[in-house]
Amino acid sequence: MSQDRNTDIELRLLIEAIYLKYSYDFRDYSGASVKRRVNHALRQFECATISALQERVLHDPSAFMQLLQFLTIPVSEMFRDPSHFLAIRQEVVPLLRTYPSIKIWIAGCSTGEEVYSMAILLREEGLLERTIIYATDINPSSLEKAKQGIFSMENVRAYTENYQKAGGQRAFSDYYTSAYDYAIFDKTLRENVTFADHSLATDSVFSETQLISCRNVLIYFNKKLQDRAFGLFHDSLCHRGFLVLGSKETLDFSAYSSHFEPLVKPERIYRKS
Amino acid sequence: MKKIFPGDDSNKQVLPVVDAIVVGASAGGVEALLKIFAGLRVGYRLPIITVLHVPEERRSQLAQVFQARLPIPVKEADDKEDVAPGTLYFAAPGYHLSVETDFSLSLSQEDRVFHSRPSIDILFQSAADAYGPRLAGFLLTGANNDGAFGLSCIKLSGGMTVVQDPDQAQARTMPEAALALFEPDYLLPLNDIGHLLVELERIAC
Repeated sequence: MSQDRNTDIELRLLIEAIYLKYSYDFRDYSGASVKRRVNHALRQFECATISALQERVLHDPSAFMQLLQFLTIPVSEMFRDPSHFLAIRQEVVPLLRTYPSIKIWIAGCSTGEEVYSMAILLREEGLLERTIIYATDINPSSLEKAKQGIFSMENVRAYTENYQKAGGQRAFSDYYTSAYDYAIFDKTLRENVTFADHSLATDSVFSETQLISCRNVLIYFNKKLQDRAFGLFHDSLCHRGFLVLGSKETLDFSAYSSHFEPLVKPERIYRKS
Repeated sequence: MKKIFPGDDSNKQVLPVVDAIVVGASAGGVEALLKIFAGLRVGYRLPIITVLHVPEERRSQLAQVFQARLPIPVKEADDKEDVAPGTLYFAAPGYHLSVETDFSLSLSQEDRVFHSRPSIDILFQSAADAYGPRLAGFLLTGANNDGAFGLSCIKLSGGMTVVQDPDQAQARTMPEAALALFEPDYLLPLNDIGHLLVELERIAC
């Protein structure tokens, strides 16, 4: 048990050190997941203790960038939960269409799968040309991958099925060219996309938006940090703007639940009330 | 390792007081879970948190299926909800389920463990962290190695560990993986596991 207690103390010190040195704030992330990821990193870094890992990342910024790859979860896919995208197409797009210009914020965009999915959907609905998409993440390596728009062919095969179930109107292969085992996505899809470093834990609102998509990001936050994020989203959204979340994320337990109303609840699509 | 429950009266004396129960199952799991939960009655007060391996793509009907057959509240675990007494929770397909140290539940999408998300190891390990010795873990039928390591974490934290007898399991790989790793407190057939669940609650509440 005292071994466990040491681990918890070391973990808190590591997270604090990262915050003080690099301004990345993991202090209000869900503890169980952070602990697993740090333990996983320990093995890769060949450190015997979290204290040893802390010493490395404190004195070596490149080691911190490596650790950041463990602390963030780049699990994503295109058109994940196809019924969610179908609902956006059917219920949200007709309302978005009424705006002369549209700003969309994809918060925690990771390696870009959500961004390309949204861009493809908007192009098919004829809205992409008058939309600006802000795609943000805390992990610079993920953002770099997102900018390139190159995904493994093996994954793209699974995405194709998602795309079709999500109401896709063309052949999915129209949007990429394949080279060896990779699919290189059409760069015109990201002409109106601005990729930027932004933290929901430490940064503030940067633009008025009509729609915010933040999917499978908030589950890694504790309630306090979730409420901070909801506050940012609330301040950023225009009157009657849309907030879309991951399939197991909800506003129900949050301090902001009364500030939003569900538009398509099973698909986690909310509207600012 | 005890292979019979309740056995003689002395057995009951040694059962620990626990605050929660975690259960893991894979192939053959629905049938096994229905059997061990069959004895639960209205007013059962321990929380039971369960990972059953299910395909990731679909929405799961598990909570509805079990709710239709059990007299206690059953639900799919939501992110950040507090663990409520007397509730049977199932992990949602496609997400790992953890218990936080403040006894709330959290979801995550880290890599699959033994090709599984949700993973039994992740639930068991996090629950062992949160509850320490006041936890009982049950590992049932299954055709992969998920859960063995997690159950050993429960043992290490001083919790109680129970493995379904592989000879009576629909798939014996999972219970055998646990036995290969460490010696659990009990090795039991499903009927006895059902009695044990009832008895644990009687002692704890």
